[in-house]
Amino acid sequence: MDINQRYTPQSWPEHPETATMEGKNKFIGFWLLLAAETVTFASLFATYLALKDKGPSGMEFSAAGLFELPLVFAMTMILLTSSLTSVYAMYHMKNHNFKAMQAWLGITVLLGATFLGLEIYEFNHYVHLGFGYTNSAFSSAFYTLVGTHGAHVLFGLSWFIALMLRNAKRGLNMYNAPKFYLASLYWHFIDVVWVFIFTVVYLMGVIG
Amino acid sequence: MSSIAQKKGFGATIWDFMTTVDHKKIAILYLISGGFFFLVGGIEAMMIRIQLAKAGNDFLSAGLYNEIITMHGTTMIFLASMPILLAFMNAIMPLQIGARDVAFPFLNSLGFWLFFFGGIFLNLSWFMGGAPDAGWTNYASLALASEGHGIDFYTLGLTISGFGTLIAGINFLVTIINMRAPGMTYMRMPLFTWTTFVASALILLAFPPLTVGLFFMVFDRLFGASFFAVEMGGNTIIWEHLFWIFGHPEVYILILPAFGIFSEIFAIFSRKRLFGYTALVFATILIGFYGFMVWAHHMFTVGLGPTANAVFALATMIIAVPTGIKIFNWLLTIWGGSISFTTPMIYAVAFIPSFVAGGVTGVMQAIAPLDYQLHDSYFIVAHFHYVIVGGVVLAILAGTHLYWPKMFGTMLSEKLGKWTFWFFFIGFHLTFFIQHFLGLMGMPRRVYTFGADQGWDLFNAISSAGAIFMAIGVIILLVNVVMTTIKNERVGNDPWGDGRTLEWAIPSPPPFYNFAQTPLVRGLDSFWIEKMEGNKKGMIFAEPLGDIHMPNNSFIPFVMSLGMFVASFGALYFLDGDKPWALAVLVIGLLITFGSMLVRSLKDDLGFHITKAELLKDAKGGNTDGH
Amino acid sequence: MMKGIKKWRLFALMTALLVFLAGCGREEISTLIPAGEVAQDQFNLLILSSIVMLFVIIVVSIIFVLAIVKFRRSKMGEDMIPEQVEGSARLEFLWTAVPIVLLLILAVPTVYSTFDLADVSTMDVQAEDGTSTHLTVNVTGKLYWWEFEYPEQGIVTAQELVVPTDERVYFNLISADIKHSFWIPSVGGKLDVNPENVNTFYLTFNQESSELDDGVFYGKCAELCGPSHALMDFKVKTVDREEFDQWVTAMQSEEPPVAEGDLAQQGEELFGPDGLACIQCHAISGSGGTGGIGPNLATFGDRNRVAGYLEHNEENLKNWIQDPQEYKPGNLMPDASSLNNGEELSEQELDALAAYLMGLTVEE
Repeated sequence: MDINQRYTPQSWPEHPETATMEGKNKFIGFWLLLAAETVTFASLFATYLALKDKGPSGMEFSAAGLFELPLVFAMTMILLTSSLTSVYAMYHMKNHNFKAMQAWLGITVLLGATFLGLEIYEFNHYVHLGFGYTNSAFSSAFYTLVGTHGAHVLFGLSWFIALMLRNAKRGLNMYNAPKFYLASLYWHFIDVVWVFIFTVVYLMGVIG
Repeated sequence: MSSIAQKKGFGATIWDFMTTVDHKKIAILYLISGGFFFLVGGIEAMMIRIQLAKAGNDFLSAGLYNEIITMHGTTMIFLASMPILLAFMNAIMPLQIGARDVAFPFLNSLGFWLFFFGGIFLNLSWFMGGAPDAGWTNYASLALASEGHGIDFYTLGLTISGFGTLIAGINFLVTIINMRAPGMTYMRMPLFTWTTFVASALILLAFPPLTVGLFFMVFDRLFGASFFAVEMGGNTIIWEHLFWIFGHPEVYILILPAFGIFSEIFAIFSRKRLFGYTALVFATILIGFYGFMVWAHHMFTVGLGPTANAVFALATMIIAVPTGIKIFNWLLTIWGGSISFTTPMIYAVAFIPSFVAGGVTGVMQAIAPLDYQLHDSYFIVAHFHYVIVGGVVLAILAGTHLYWPKMFGTMLSEKLGKWTFWFFFIGFHLTFFIQHFLGLMGMPRRVYTFGADQGWDLFNAISSAGAIFMAIGVIILLVNVVMTTIKNERVGNDPWGDGRTLEWAIPSPPPFYNFAQTPLVRGLDSFWIEKMEGNKKGMIFAEPLGDIHMPNNSFIPFVMSLGMFVASFGALYFLDGDKPWALAVLVIGLLITFGSMLVRSLKDDLGFHITKAELLKDAKGGNTDGH
Repeated sequence: MMKGIKKWRLFALMTALLVFLAGCGREEISTLIPAGEVAQDQFNLLILSSIVMLFVIIVVSIIFVLAIVKFRRSKMGEDMIPEQVEGSARLEFLWTAVPIVLLLILAVPTVYSTFDLADVSTMDVQAEDGTSTHLTVNVTGKLYWWEFEYPEQGIVTAQELVVPTDERVYFNLISADIKHSFWIPSVGGKLDVNPENVNTFYLTFNQESSELDDGVFYGKCAELCGPSHALMDFKVKTVDREEFDQWVTAMQSEEPPVAEGDLAQQGEELFGPDGLACIQCHAISGSGGTGGIGPNLATFGDRNRVAGYLEHNEENLKNWIQDPQEYKPGNLMPDASSLNNGEELSEQELDALAAYLMGLTVEE
């Protein structure tokens, strides 16, 4: 693999992410990592469900009383949209259109950052209500589950930004194509996890 | 190591090992550090047996005893058995599938250093205010109540080393999926590779629940969360579930590679193809699969209710079936063979009755109502030592003798090896057989002392005597290692004479690129096939001699792990009011880790090529170390 | 020479016998000498599974020994290359099917017994007068001692469980601090004592403890709970129903026990609020409430042990009072000097306390 080799959309392979041995390894390895991440989140979800609404006797907080759907719904839409924009970015990556890819990635990052900002606002709001991390088993489980997701979002954003800056001048090649691809795969995973959080934590919380 | 390596200065050798990404050198690192922790855990075991040698002994205080049993269990499972098995996986598995390295050499190194620093961190607790004392299972109510920082060393240390193990697991999976030589189909893979594969899958899915549990514990103890704080609405049973969802597969993570090593040994030293290879493979997969369905049999007495207990009891019993399939296939492998009783083989032969004994007591404990009596008594202590020592440790000792020539190019003394075996084997049964009866006689586990009025004196004394034999066996092994290294008689490709798989077709130790030309595999036991057909080269090649691409060494894994190590100290002292620097240390540590990650990400590392000319020169000059 | 061998044989035989006899352990604590229906059920399962497993071991051993004897290389010849057999579907089927049959033999009684031993549905059955037909004991595990409350009878005791024989006794288990596990090996298997939920099960006591050498069954904590986990013992006194009812009546009497003799009276003084204030943590009346910081001492004089494991005599009691940490590290009882303004208790004061405590008894 020659990092300096220049490609045109014609010479660019159909599946650049798995065109090299390194790419193939990363592709499989990353899916396996996502399997481990899935188990991690499954454990967090199970714990959350076990500890939902559990606190010291006389705790004033409950999922039904605490969560407000409009804000969370907006966050969900933003994150879902960012997943879509990262799909566009990968579409252009496969067509070897570097500038369009960077642009779509830029939009993805903006949306992700907005999501993260809203999440911080939400947490801050709860803390001001007195629902801090150390308030109860419920609060610990809630912040740990949603916060772990938030940390993943932060990591995903940093990853996108680092890739965009590092490759801004040299464009796409067989060395960085798998990296872009995996970062966007990671982003989709984060999105899927959020869909579960939205359903299990917020929807079921407000209803139940 | 070859003559070239010995000419290198001591410092240069250390630097080489600190930066290496070569799976064979990483294997040596795993073996040395795993071996070191094995000795540490062994000394702890001896202290336990001295304390329990007689009723009312005061050799250890109550608190210290609990620290020692906790560290003995934790060290032996996480820092000795697993790393030593990872050493064999690293050293042998890529060779068995005809690969030049693992899929992610850089991550391989990172995995090792994370394990290493996690292990060191955990053991530093001895010198920094006391070791963890809530048992290796670290049940939450006791762990939360434990004073000092022992438990925090446990949680943080295991978190770090757990990340390392997870990385190793992913790495092996990808290696086996992607890097097999042409012709090496899944159903031609040697059984050790198969067990590595399944054990890695178990690592992948079992370690995250442990990590989550450990994080909860860290947050509870150090950052004021209340997952397990009952008065805050927490629930300690969550820890038990998370721990055992990890803990039971962990047993198979240990025993499956052990099965793999024994499978290789039975075939080699009976000069016979593994009987029922297909059945052995599917039994391995089944055991791995069931491994996730039975965790609650560790919790029969928790009060989960009769339905849960009955279901988990039946699920547990089913595991006996694939395990039985394995035992009988091994027996039929040696049946009709030509058995050579070398040191690895006598370990393998001795493993069968030892492990069957451990297996049947396992089935007895699957009977939930009976387990109400056996659980947390010395019966269970006897049972798991029968499977772990009688299975895993015997495999480790067998593997050490079997693969020593492949890893170091010289053979351990057979005579001393047999002495080790007899001392260890007799000592093992003497120590643990009698403990079944101690349990049935009502002795709970994890007791630092017992009264002379309980009727347990004699059996405890016998058990302690057995431990001495085991210790002598291990000391002889150490002598053997030293003498062998000093003598350093070099051996050829196939020192046992009856090697069957690809690793025996290349020099001992192999050149750093393993295979100058990738082999072409034509069936199960490919080296044996070529030998039988009189192929002098030991293999046929899938490609002409050409340039080989190799990864660069890197210091970054070491630094990344060091960063985690530093950050852990920050987290440890975070809530201690009198240590304002803790937060700074935590941040600096994380900066080191993420900074070096960023460097790794931004700096292109494309590796280098070995030219055809160099390969030819190597082949002529016998220089296989590559530097 | 022959005589020597004979003697040696006799010695070996005696040793084997000794090991065998010791192999069953003491009847106060061994699961191999069941003294209750639950333990008997579990013992039967042990025997059944041992027989099945012995069968497995024998089959494996025969094949194993034959294989390693028949097929050694020294017999087969150095250059012999064995036939490379692939396997046999028939054999694979055989050793899959036979273990499944063996497991089925074990599975049926396992499932039956699991549900049977967890069946506490008769616990709340009431007689016509509204009292429960069965005895229920609420057990609370505390750092290194056990509290036993008899809610129907309104009495509380500690460290020494008293139960009637030949009837089901139900137990509600909860921990006040760390997880423990409640185990009376010769009467039945253990059940965990969790801090977050009450666990319920039953045991049946079929033997009167007065028949035992030591007069009590031994109970244990089976879950690591801290430094003194090994010492968190309790004792079980089993008596017939009549005697049990007498004991309950004696416990229920509101009268605080009268200290007899000068020494004991001085001890009572020391024990009370104007002395060392031991009474702040230790109740001395069996009809008191639960939740004591220290064990209820109403039956102290009747007990079999001091601190759950030391021989029941004044010497041990005095040592214990002086320095409880020495005998049960990590327990919550302050040493005597800290209650006495930093001064050690005099020998005479200790004697007085011991005399008083040994006099706390409800049995005749």
